[in-house]
Amino acid sequence: MRREANLAAVKPYADHLDDGLMQMSFTLPVPYSLAARQAALELVAKMGVERAEVVHSQRLADGYTHFVMFGSCRHTVDFSVLQSEGFDLQYMSEEEIEAYAAEYIVRPVVVVGASTGTDTHSVGIDAMLNLKGYHGHHGLEGYRSFAAHNLGSQVSNQALIARAIELDADAILVSQTVTQQDLHIHNLTELVEMVEAEGKRGQIILVCGGPRVSNELAKELGFDAGFSKGTLPHHLATFLVREVVARRQSR
Amino acid sequence: MSAKLDLDAGIINACSAAANRIAASVASEIASKTTVSVERTVVRLLGVDGVDELDAPLCNVLVDHVHRQGQLGRGIAYWLGNAMLHSGRSPQQIAEAVAADELDLCALEPAAEQAIANRVRAECAEHLREMTARIEERHELRERLGAVAQSAPLRYVLTATGNVHEDVVHARAVAEAGGDIVAVIRSTAQSLLDYVPYGPTTEGYGGTFATQANFRIMREAMDEWSRANGRYVRLSSFCSGLCMPEIAAMGALEGFDNMVNDALYGILYRDINIVRGLIDQRVSRMINGYFGVVINTGEDNYLRTADALGAAPSVTASQFINYQLARDSGVPEQQLAVGDAFEIDPTVANGLLLHWAQAQLTRELFPNCPTKYMPPTKHMDGNLFRTHAADTLFNLVTVATGQGIQTIGVPTEGIFTPHIHDRVIGLQNVEYVFTAARDLGDEIEFKRDGLIQTHAREVLRRAHELLEDIAETGLFQSIENGVFGDVKRRVQDGRGRDGIVAVEEGYVNPVIELMSETVYA
Repeated sequence: MRREANLAAVKPYADHLDDGLMQMSFTLPVPYSLAARQAALELVAKMGVERAEVVHSQRLADGYTHFVMFGSCRHTVDFSVLQSEGFDLQYMSEEEIEAYAAEYIVRPVVVVGASTGTDTHSVGIDAMLNLKGYHGHHGLEGYRSFAAHNLGSQVSNQALIARAIELDADAILVSQTVTQQDLHIHNLTELVEMVEAEGKRGQIILVCGGPRVSNELAKELGFDAGFSKGTLPHHLATFLVREVVARRQSR
Repeated sequence: MSAKLDLDAGIINACSAAANRIAASVASEIASKTTVSVERTVVRLLGVDGVDELDAPLCNVLVDHVHRQGQLGRGIAYWLGNAMLHSGRSPQQIAEAVAADELDLCALEPAAEQAIANRVRAECAEHLREMTARIEERHELRERLGAVAQSAPLRYVLTATGNVHEDVVHARAVAEAGGDIVAVIRSTAQSLLDYVPYGPTTEGYGGTFATQANFRIMREAMDEWSRANGRYVRLSSFCSGLCMPEIAAMGALEGFDNMVNDALYGILYRDINIVRGLIDQRVSRMINGYFGVVINTGEDNYLRTADALGAAPSVTASQFINYQLARDSGVPEQQLAVGDAFEIDPTVANGLLLHWAQAQLTRELFPNCPTKYMPPTKHMDGNLFRTHAADTLFNLVTVATGQGIQTIGVPTEGIFTPHIHDRVIGLQNVEYVFTAARDLGDEIEFKRDGLIQTHAREVLRRAHELLEDIAETGLFQSIENGVFGDVKRRVQDGRGRDGIVAVEEGYVNPVIELMSETVYA
């Protein structure tokens, strides 16, 4: 009879249950040599990989050696507790977002974004909005369901809000990369206050992003959501289309 | 390699004629205009280097100094030439004096116009002569060390660690694994800077800043490797963004062999103003052409942002336009690598055949151009094993259609900026396929009116329609309509617009003068 995996102590499976076999590929900054081979074996042993073998190694350049290895992992993880911890919150894919928007929103969702204040870094806002996007994922410009306007970097809060009103935007997107002396918090707070002063807080979805912006911080500052490192455009797009639909339904 | 697609020469000629009309109308749209980056390029080619105490490049300081006073319409060379006549100082010394706030170029008594033009032209000619001599030496070295081992397609490999010293390590590994051209990818968003950063850099995102010092570090390292190993490794970078012509000048100064240089890339993908982008590309390409640099155009990008099959005619149309704009800037055919990519969705039945048709089409339309073929990236994901398999087919099409330059595919393409061993693994795949299928292209013909011939002719037919359409509506309006890569840009929008300057009576630009004489002679 076939044994079932013990979910409280799971290890890699290759050929037989609990054989623990893993394949590894990495480079060490050492000359191609038998000593290099030994170094690779000792390194993976320290990682808890037993009965390791170097199945391939090659010189890449002076002082650099690449290894392909196999070995058996000694460690296990407890999968049974992870299963119950709600990791399965899922974002929609680009196609799903397009389909969802086509069905429930119809017109394009208008988004105006900028890196505000003195911040010259447009990397975050570009990753979210520009067609080129990030990590092989289109920015919102590449979506049929969005009309995205990227105002670039060093944009004043005032200019950003004026453009959003002019375009009758559904959402304002602010990126803050430079966070020295909590500059980002000042800029972000000011934006919320100015949108409120314009009497537009109810209409416009406010989103901020940046390496040191968390969803918690964003909400504390009066934004609807915040996105941090590792965010892909479709994460943001998922939030926006759901939020537009939710707001319409609550109206 | 013989023609295999049985294309209609009449349609090809009509495509060229339409591209000609498009390029001519672009030329008239950008005539009588210069840009701050073109003027900074003049300053660089007059020998000015360095930064002020705030790290602003002296060429920016100088051009901004005149631009702020609304006097750039005469050309920075006019003001520099005048200052040279006044003081007998070199452009470098004048730039330093302006940076130190000791000199106002526009406040000097103007000398005779002809005397100014002559003075600055002589200075520029001297610099161009020096550069040309160095580049000729390099071409000799390239020939000496290249004749033995190098055979087309050239293997073009990117590095992008963000730290120039790490890029050197990667470049050496790439060279050892058979790479012919190393291209250092630029740091994210450099293309939006209206200046070129200065000095060696060790921090960058998704790439390493293109600075003259970084160029020099890479060049020295690759020259050392080339001499030690008896095989010349070429270097490439990116003439794109708001500093297109300046980077062309820097590349020439530091002995770069290739440059990515697309007429429309910055406009479409970096939202650079249309007019600014087209003026800058013209001067940038003129410099590349003059110094024997091979340019690669960027049609591959349309296939990433739009559906590859649907966008195929726009790629062919853009190849014709890019070709014509480059020829009009003085780039010879053998330096003009028009682009294409292997980007059809891998789930499409007979996708390999369709790729083959398109790649063969590019070769047959531009038989005297090296052509550059780009690997699959759009549909590549974390499954690096599948990417490696797709790259194998890509390599097969590359060698069988005789592409001039191939940007190699790397298994981790869809995951992160590939690691050092990923590039070597990619190159090993290339080596295997290029060797195993070396003469395949000479051995095969395509079935008459079969799938490959029919697809290629259909793409050409639709490209022709598109070109006639663009010639009719104008390139600017076509871009506004989103013809290329589904991206729409309006002529009144875009970055760098405030850096466009109307040329006034008596405009002086010795770089364009001298280069046009040589190029069109």
